[in-house]
Amino acid sequence: MRLMTLSAALTLAAGPALAAKDCAAGKTITDGTLTIATGNPAYYPWVMDDAPESGEGFEAAVAYAMAERMGFEAENVTWTRTSFDESIQPGAKNFDVNLQQFSITEDREKVVDFSSPYYSAAMAVLVRQPVVENGAEPTLESLKALKWGAVATTTAVPMLTGLVDPEDDPLLYNDNPDVIEAMKSNQIDAAIFDLPTALYLSAVVLEDGVVLGQFPADRTENPDRFGMLMEEGNPLRDCVNAALDEMAQDGTLAQIEAKWLSETTGVPVIE
Amino acid sequence: MTATHGAPGPTRRERYEARARRRGSAIALGSTVAVLLALVVLIPLAPGWEAVKKSFFNAEIFARTFPGLLQAFLLDVAIFAWCAPIIAIWALVIALARDVRSPALYPLRLFAVIYTDIFRGIPVILIVYLIGFGIPGLGLQRPWNSPYIWGSLALILTYSAYVAEIYRSGIESVHASQRAAALSLGLSRADMMRFVVLPQAIRRVVPANMNMLIALQKDVALLSFIGPVEVLRQAGVYKSLLANFTPYVVAAIIFLCVTIPATRYADYLIAKQNRARS
Repeated sequence: MRLMTLSAALTLAAGPALAAKDCAAGKTITDGTLTIATGNPAYYPWVMDDAPESGEGFEAAVAYAMAERMGFEAENVTWTRTSFDESIQPGAKNFDVNLQQFSITEDREKVVDFSSPYYSAAMAVLVRQPVVENGAEPTLESLKALKWGAVATTTAVPMLTGLVDPEDDPLLYNDNPDVIEAMKSNQIDAAIFDLPTALYLSAVVLEDGVVLGQFPADRTENPDRFGMLMEEGNPLRDCVNAALDEMAQDGTLAQIEAKWLSETTGVPVIE
Repeated sequence: MTATHGAPGPTRRERYEARARRRGSAIALGSTVAVLLALVVLIPLAPGWEAVKKSFFNAEIFARTFPGLLQAFLLDVAIFAWCAPIIAIWALVIALARDVRSPALYPLRLFAVIYTDIFRGIPVILIVYLIGFGIPGLGLQRPWNSPYIWGSLALILTYSAYVAEIYRSGIESVHASQRAAALSLGLSRADMMRFVVLPQAIRRVVPANMNMLIALQKDVALLSFIGPVEVLRQAGVYKSLLANFTPYVVAAIIFLCVTIPATRYADYLIAKQNRARS
């Protein structure tokens, strides 16, 4: 706290010489540095090889592009790791912004602040080949009869109970590898992930994985949009939003998306 | 004591003791009130209290999540209900195996020793993971690959190891002379165990086993790691959707409503046993 007032005072002393690019000056937890948090581990295709410092992967690339617009060179960006729980716990945060596919929801917004969305996620259904051979189709009718699983800390859970409303109670797990393990041991037929994650899992992790279908990103009910998470009332939010909005307008976000999340077309849409 | 003297009213000694008791109660009351006051006054003075209150003690979220959490807790109770009797029986089998004296049956005894060593030495959560994901992964068909079955088995295997050791301490607490006496009366070894040793041994370890029951009641929540949506997992779902930890507090309260009465009952049993012994 004292550090922040001190740096704020310094900023004031520096006076009107500062350009608009210095919107973030004095508002970060370490002056002159933007501290960005991601998951532990961070997953493909959001961050490649669990190394966000490389700037490889969708979220890592977005983070560096945004930092640059906020006036932070790449060497002035430091990365830290948090779990979901750490990012929402009350008290001072150890990051300026946190991006690990946080879906923006009204309830979450009461406790933390979110930036403008940087990605709209379609949700997708991941199954194994034998389930398809048994006649599973991308229709709600057919999906209802499957045994479902999901990661417990995601917005996939309300989607599952609200939209699919399966006959059997879904099983919930801690993380993606646990869901995959349950699929391998045939404890669940289908699981719900955001589309890029589902495509990655079906291509790389799950040998006979198939993305059965997707719920389109622009569905009217409960759309899943990813935002960067910040401490509630963080003054940095306006700077972050300004940078992200600019990136959305000049097509930078679309470019980054095309580079890292290109293959999301061609998955059948679930009616 | 006083009755033997037939004196009316309390004796000087009794008056003194009553005074001391009153004084003790007053001091206890005073210090308790002082500590409570300090907590109630000091904690809200902490700079982060408002944020903590909003995140952990949010009345609105409490009301919203309580019914769902209570519903999920029924699953905990069900898992507990089918695990506990199996543990009681399997643990007894292990304890008896460890007590066999015949040289020919030594492998049985060795098995019991290794079993308790292994399952007491590995954290429950690891056993739940390994058995809960590992065995269904062998290619079992539904419903035999259910996480309920294998998760319960993991709890049963682990808890049986502890309970078997408790039984064994009970069995060994029955003096060897009683065994000798039973054998000399013409009882077979099996009958000696059944009619002389076990009735005493099991009764003696009831309080210790009550503790295990309470611990089991809580560890049932570990099954959530392999899929079942019981109270801990349901609280986690609410937590992530609402970005608020209040559901965990609700879950803790639900657990306490069950475990505190159970703990008090165990204390009562222990006190009763101590009285009986002295």
